[in-house]
Amino acid sequence: MPKVTYIEFDGTERPVELPAGWSLMQGATLNGVDGIEGECGGSCGCATCHVYVDEAFLDKLDPPSETEEEMLDCTSSPREANSRLSCQIKADPRIDGIIVRLPETQS
Amino acid sequence: MGDGAGVVIVGGGQAGYQTAESLRQLGFPGAITVIAAEDFPPYQRPPLSKAYLLGEVDRHRLKFRTEEYYAEHGIDLRLGAEATAIDRAGKRLLLADGTSLAYSHLVLATGARVRLLPIPGAELAGVHYLRSLADVEAIERRLGEVAAVAVIGAGFIGLEFAAVARKLGKPVTVLEAAPRVMARVVAPELSAFFDETHRAHGVDIHCDTAVVEIAGRDGQAAEVVCADGHRVAAGLVVVGIGVIPETGLADACGLTCDDGIVVDGHGSTDDPAIFAAGDCTSYHHPFAGRRIRLESVQNAADQGRTVAAAIAGQARVYDTVPWFWSDQYDVKLQMVGLSAGCEKVVVRGDRAGGKFSLFHYREGVLRAVDSVNRPADHILARKLLAAGISPTPEQAADADFKLKDLLGAASA
Ligand SMILES: Cc1cc2nc3c(=O)[nH]c(=O)nc-3n(C[C@H](O)[C@H](O)[C@H](O)COP(=O)(O)OP(=O)(O)OC[C@H]3O[C@@H](n4cnc5c(N)ncnc54)[C@H](O)[C@@H]3O)c2cc1C
Ligand code: FES
Repeated sequence: MPKVTYIEFDGTERPVELPAGWSLMQGATLNGVDGIEGECGGSCGCATCHVYVDEAFLDKLDPPSETEEEMLDCTSSPREANSRLSCQIKADPRIDGIIVRLPETQS
Repeated sequence: MGDGAGVVIVGGGQAGYQTAESLRQLGFPGAITVIAAEDFPPYQRPPLSKAYLLGEVDRHRLKFRTEEYYAEHGIDLRLGAEATAIDRAGKRLLLADGTSLAYSHLVLATGARVRLLPIPGAELAGVHYLRSLADVEAIERRLGEVAAVAVIGAGFIGLEFAAVARKLGKPVTVLEAAPRVMARVVAPELSAFFDETHRAHGVDIHCDTAVVEIAGRDGQAAEVVCADGHRVAAGLVVVGIGVIPETGLADACGLTCDDGIVVDGHGSTDDPAIFAAGDCTSYHHPFAGRRIRLESVQNAADQGRTVAAAIAGQARVYDTVPWFWSDQYDVKLQMVGLSAGCEKVVVRGDRAGGKFSLFHYREGVLRAVDSVNRPADHILARKLLAAGISPTPEQAADADFKLKDLLGAASA
């Protein structure tokens, strides 16, 4: 199972193994990782699942859809070049070991 | 807390779960027990009428949290347990298995139950409602076996299900008593858009159509009979004609109920030891300026948080501007505010291309925004309405005007 490491805003590292196909948002909320809300249930409609993706993994992800692009402009914490919505990133072997940092606030 | 008295929550839905979670997040140290009638751990309902039937999420992924979460956070989650009565004087909750639980605070998060179809044939096999995971699993089994589907009631859940059934290749007929789809909850402009969308996907929609009987064959639903004599062949009939707030426990122990358990801005009932949250409540909402009852994730979650804050001694008033969403085909609808009673509507974006928002005004003030495939408008509208900032109708209609600029540097 692909491994994902969430780094909470206070620096706490939360390694989680996710079944392939799960979104990084689902993996975080189900396992009680603090700092990802996912209030729209992963339909790319709330921007409360914002993460900063470790640069080494950024190119391995499919680029954001038009909707995700728009939503990234609505995040509560500042948008950076490595900002993504974690509900749009699916765990798969290509991104095994991915590290994402969580922002200060989601809403 | 002698005798194990702590917080007892009735109902393991969105509101019950949120109350328990927020209590722990706020550092509440006492015992928390959740009495949950369903056998499955607290889960999200919205995907039931959307991604679930398309196989896009499995049951495990519907859960808010893994089972371990509850144990690790000292939340005694009792699945399959039912509360039957409240002894207010003794501060005890009675359960169906004959036992009882002492409480310091009781939270009623009992949700709502589906309104049953009051016509002959409603009890036939193949007539289904859609509220719980068990409901949708039964629908899933039936769906595979039938040639055609009828949906009674063109509300959100009925239309979402119709979209899913179309995606799965079934012929779908929607029967609605009101003159337009989603009449109870959205403005006419939006009903028109969704009517067009469903027809374009091949759904046969009949509004102004009363259903008088479901005709069966060998105990199985076979045809839906309409008042005008029209008959619709369908082996699966999904009924979505609204819900009734689950107020039985509250009513029986003398708490004030009026289209829901009446609560104040802290979620408190007229008994200071008893709170209520979610679909089962009705309350004076500051944004609405009157008493309302909402059926939404936002309301259940925010009321749950509000109740937890009150119990944890960090009371704050619940005043979130209501918001809601619905997914049908590739159309993402997001609504914020209350459009009922608005007299002016302005379109922003591309109505023909299916990417637009409707800005609703009452007495010149923005009251609600419905966004179709414009999620950024929705998020900004939430911020505008919360801050009481009203763009002019001209600004709203100008898609090049940046709504974000109205929010000022601090919140933009
Ligand atoms: C198919 C479907 C799709 C939806 N889609 C959306 C959507 O897209 N967006 C949105 O915002 N909202 C949506 N909703 C509405 C949203 O899910 C509800 O508003 C929300 O679930 C309400 O939460 P609640 O906790 O108040 O009630 P519920 O979720 O109904 O939970 C109440 C729980 O209490 C239990 N209970 C009741 N009485 C007792 C008792 N005496 N003892 C023990 N347990 C008891 C019930 O079994 C139930 O599990 C949808 C609802 C459905 C059914
Ligand atoms: S969960 Fe809402 S946008 Fe990702």
